[in-house]
Amino acid sequence: MNPLAPSRVTRSVIGVLVGAFFAIPLLATLLYTVRMPDGTYSLARWAGLFDPGMAATLKPIWTGLGNSLLLAIITVAIVLLILAPTMILVNLRFPKLRPAFEFAALLPISIPAIVLVVGLAPIYLQIGRTLGTGAWTLAFAYGITVLPFAYRSIQASIDAVDMRTLAEAARSLGAGWPTVVLKVLAPNLRQGLLAASLISVAVVLGEFTIASLLNRQVFQTAMVVVQKQDGYLPAIFTLLALLFCFVLLLVIGRAARGTRKARS
Amino acid sequence: MTTITQERADAVASALSPGSAPRARVRRSTPSWAWLGLVPFAAYVVLFLAVPTILSIGSGFFAKDGSFTWTNVAALGDPLVLNTFANSAGVSLLTAFVGALVGALVCYAMLGLNPEGVVRRTVDAAAGVLAQFGGVMLAFVFIATIGIQGVVKVFLQESFGIDIFANGTWLYELPGLILPYIYFQVPLMVITFMPALAALKPQWSEANLALGGTRSSFWLRIGIPVLSPSFLASLLLLFANAFSSYATAAALASQGSQIVPLQIRAALTSETVLGRENLAGALALGMIVVVGIVMALYSLIQRRAARWQA
Repeated sequence: MNPLAPSRVTRSVIGVLVGAFFAIPLLATLLYTVRMPDGTYSLARWAGLFDPGMAATLKPIWTGLGNSLLLAIITVAIVLLILAPTMILVNLRFPKLRPAFEFAALLPISIPAIVLVVGLAPIYLQIGRTLGTGAWTLAFAYGITVLPFAYRSIQASIDAVDMRTLAEAARSLGAGWPTVVLKVLAPNLRQGLLAASLISVAVVLGEFTIASLLNRQVFQTAMVVVQKQDGYLPAIFTLLALLFCFVLLLVIGRAARGTRKARS
Repeated sequence: MTTITQERADAVASALSPGSAPRARVRRSTPSWAWLGLVPFAAYVVLFLAVPTILSIGSGFFAKDGSFTWTNVAALGDPLVLNTFANSAGVSLLTAFVGALVGALVCYAMLGLNPEGVVRRTVDAAAGVLAQFGGVMLAFVFIATIGIQGVVKVFLQESFGIDIFANGTWLYELPGLILPYIYFQVPLMVITFMPALAALKPQWSEANLALGGTRSSFWLRIGIPVLSPSFLASLLLLFANAFSSYATAAALASQGSQIVPLQIRAALTSETVLGRENLAGALALGMIVVVGIVMALYSLIQRRAARWQA
């Protein structure tokens, strides 16, 4: 027990007050979705998700969700196939580049998405001409948005593993570089790679600014469209998305703890 | 002049000295392949981070026909634009302060929880989710809670006869941003400030007690002075976070440009705002100057604060 901790009473007061501030809007949203105009309560709106009569209203959401999931997969691919190998390379062969690399990787935190989108607009005009205006092209921008989060997760794993010794041992036993990276280093970094992938999925599913201003249909922009016809559907999807992200973050937390245990 | 000739002399000397040149060539041949591995990532970052940033900052200096102009940047001095920046800074400052204070209190209460326990783990995960929650979904939650048909709003009106919108429906105006912003500022504070608070050593408290100090003298003389750099750094991060936030405001205020990001939206989606083209670039420049200064201060203070967390 930490001697600096406040008394049980102080702790409970803080917990209850702050907990209420965070719980009330969520509970209110849940009530909002089940309360009918005549004052009764029913799950009709939740059942409406599977009602063929609602299909036309819901269509933008399913399209947007499909696009967002595709974007999540491509963004994770960028993280695993471009960022992670480069981080391994920098840590093994160019340790002097690490500060510069870290600066570049963390830079997107300091650049608001709304500022980035002003510069992305002309680039996406060109992309639209060459690669088409499909939603999947947004993944290039999203790869930058998730960069700081993914970098931190993977770097924590890299710091916990003696990559140099592992690589040298594998090399001296005759392994080529592809084998070293795929069969020796990647399994040792799996916690960081998993956390980086999951947080990328969470960020991509929640992204609105870039997609909205570049006129691409994703999950979040679809909810704004649907809200204009039916205010209750976005509330239902918000609760579902929150639950999904909460579970995702619990998994990440477990993965991070695994890394910490491996270190100690 | 002298340095150049010196360098040249060194180069000539090394080229002439036998043995050194071949060895250098052999050593250089391996890294030359490894360098290639950096190319994809470097190209990607240049194309989608460096170029957009330069474009967005630079575009404010050019008119639509490509000629250089000061008029867009001069628009940053327009009373309307200045007012928007003041609104943004005001909301960010207020929510950063409230978020930092409440978040610090939550961290303080969390000291009493077992770091490996279920409650602590759940609070950590919840803070992680809610800190990322500042999007359109947060706007929906507040519309469902205190919107015109909102559950809490209707409940207050029917049970107590309190009309929270007696002075106008402020939820869709500037004041409406305050509650939603605090909703994501507090969890962010918990995430960023908790490591600093957890790094306070119990031994310091024991030393304080052994030397005749009290609980309050511990916080006044040791705890708060040690934590204040971390607190200030977190406060700056929260400010930048609110200042950059766009989605919640965009979903709540579907028209109007009360804060800078919304004014950028207006400048991007309509051809001319305030009778100027490329105003979005000038506004983006203004934003990045503010956020850049705040984040530079943040990393400066954070580096100083990290001293106590070793």
